[in-house]
Amino acid sequence: MAVQLEFLKSILYFSDLGLAELESIRKLVFEKTADRAEIILLEGESAENLYFVASGVVKVFKTSAEGKEQILSIVRPGESFNDVPIFDGGSNPASARTMGPVLLYGIKKNDMKAILRDHPQIALNVIKVLAMRVRHLVSLVEDLSFKHVIGRVAKILFEHVGGEMGRGPRLTQQEMAAMAGTAREVVGRSLKVLEEEGAIKLDRHRIIITDKEALQRIMEVPS
Amino acid sequence: MAEIPVIDPKKCDGCGLCVGVCHLNALAIVNNIITIIEAVECDWCADCELVCLTGAISCPFEIIIQEP
Repeated sequence: MAVQLEFLKSILYFSDLGLAELESIRKLVFEKTADRAEIILLEGESAENLYFVASGVVKVFKTSAEGKEQILSIVRPGESFNDVPIFDGGSNPASARTMGPVLLYGIKKNDMKAILRDHPQIALNVIKVLAMRVRHLVSLVEDLSFKHVIGRVAKILFEHVGGEMGRGPRLTQQEMAAMAGTAREVVGRSLKVLEEEGAIKLDRHRIIITDKEALQRIMEVPS
Repeated sequence: MAEIPVIDPKKCDGCGLCVGVCHLNALAIVNNIITIIEAVECDWCADCELVCLTGAISCPFEIIIQEP
């Protein structure tokens, strides 16, 4: 299936280009399909391609030495990933895995450099994309470094426990994130950490506080 | 009755991202609105909630204390 010009035009990188310019870029774009849970990029490996999501969703994440995963971004249709190493020449700073079946459009690193040379007007949009990425990551750094998010999530769980007989208010991870003043991605990881520490157990739609004292200790860690 | 994710049809724009990420194939777009077709299969991974840009589907948790 040929890459649609309309799709290329909808990508922020190329939104200011005319049809003739898009046509020349289209020749450099290749398609890649992947099923659910396929690794597209591995952190630390050499970066070869810039990718745009045409359909489906890709998760960009880092993994700690202990195997803990921190989502950096959720990449939806029209958005790109792996931009940074394509331009700085370094290795992949994070891994990327599909969250379902996906169709990706890729451009090889050298082809992207040629596109920038031939169409310098896209540079401003590239800067805009990279600036948005920096802003997002700065916010994530703040959440992960300066806020004791796990303690806040622990406190939120305590404050929203249902009664013995009746149901308490039910909370989504999005709501917990808003209450804790953090990103949804950070709450997911916090819940996993609390589970690993034995304070809670995730049981489908229930969060069971299995060790009240442990949760209290985590809650009381100063920020 | 099986617990199912909560859908707000007014917020759903029918983009279908949640359908693609549901690893149990519990979701489908019916008449441009997200619909649960296999509720009993939902394992509450909340990926649908994570990818939804409009907040149309959510997986709220009930929080309980396990008494010793």
